[in-house]
Amino acid sequence: MNNKYKITILAITIVIIFILFLRVLNSNKTYQPNQMIGKKIPEFILEDLFNKNMKLDSKILSEKDFVVLNIWASWCVPCQIEHPFLMNLKNKNKINIVGLNYKDENANAKNFLKKNGNPFSLIGVDKKGEIAIQLGAYGVPETYILKKGKIIFKHIGPLNEDATNKILELKK
Amino acid sequence: MKKIIFIIIFFILSSNVFSANEELKNKIYKNVRCIVCQGQSIYESNSDFAIDLKKLISKKLDSGESEKQIYDFLISRYGEWVVFNPALNFNSLALWLLPLIIFMIGGLLIYRLNINKKK
Repeated sequence: MNNKYKITILAITIVIIFILFLRVLNSNKTYQPNQMIGKKIPEFILEDLFNKNMKLDSKILSEKDFVVLNIWASWCVPCQIEHPFLMNLKNKNKINIVGLNYKDENANAKNFLKKNGNPFSLIGVDKKGEIAIQLGAYGVPETYILKKGKIIFKHIGPLNEDATNKILELKK
Repeated sequence: MKKIIFIIIFFILSSNVFSANEELKNKIYKNVRCIVCQGQSIYESNSDFAIDLKKLISKKLDSGESEKQIYDFLISRYGEWVVFNPALNFNSLALWLLPLIIFMIGGLLIYRLNINKKK
């Protein structure tokens, strides 16, 4: 084989290896918040905050066309910031929102909703924070959009105008 | 007398099982990254998130889940990054092998050049 060809093939091989190396080096180095996107929600049954006979059941959520699942707590300051956005989604846009009350005291959670309004159709009580971990959350607030039980969108932190617009877009 | 011997053996065996279980728990805690902390494992961290994860891992181990099942669960929720020693996959294998391949190509080149010079 001609020397020129050999050098060209060698150079191409080295460049390909180098690009591959860089790509691998740059992949998955940080927390991946989208890990649960496209997956079914984990199975759980939680007692409702207001009515012990009612349950927040993942199987029932899986039957719904469009559900917003919001993880919140009365002690969480960002949850107070996002609360008006949740109220708007419920009152103006008639969106079904279910809550996951995260490591909270029932009395405090009820007071919080009494003071700020209740946007949730059901509120599962996650006293130990286990269901939040099952959902891939690491804190509050976090919001999941479920379509037929599948997670299609996740927002970390308090809801804002952009996030609520995105939710309304996904609802269409 | 038999009863006493039985009780002593029982305590020795159960303490061994307990310490083995604790060792495994600590091993897993040290290999799981606390996502909300700065470069700490959940073993070193006392954040809420780390405490919750430790409780869940302990519960899963007690219910008979294996170390691998626990890592698989955590990776499915938080991605490969959640463990300090990720499993061997295409990416980690490539990171180990590609420099070696480049090194071998370089060595081969030097060898060929040397032979050509001698000729």
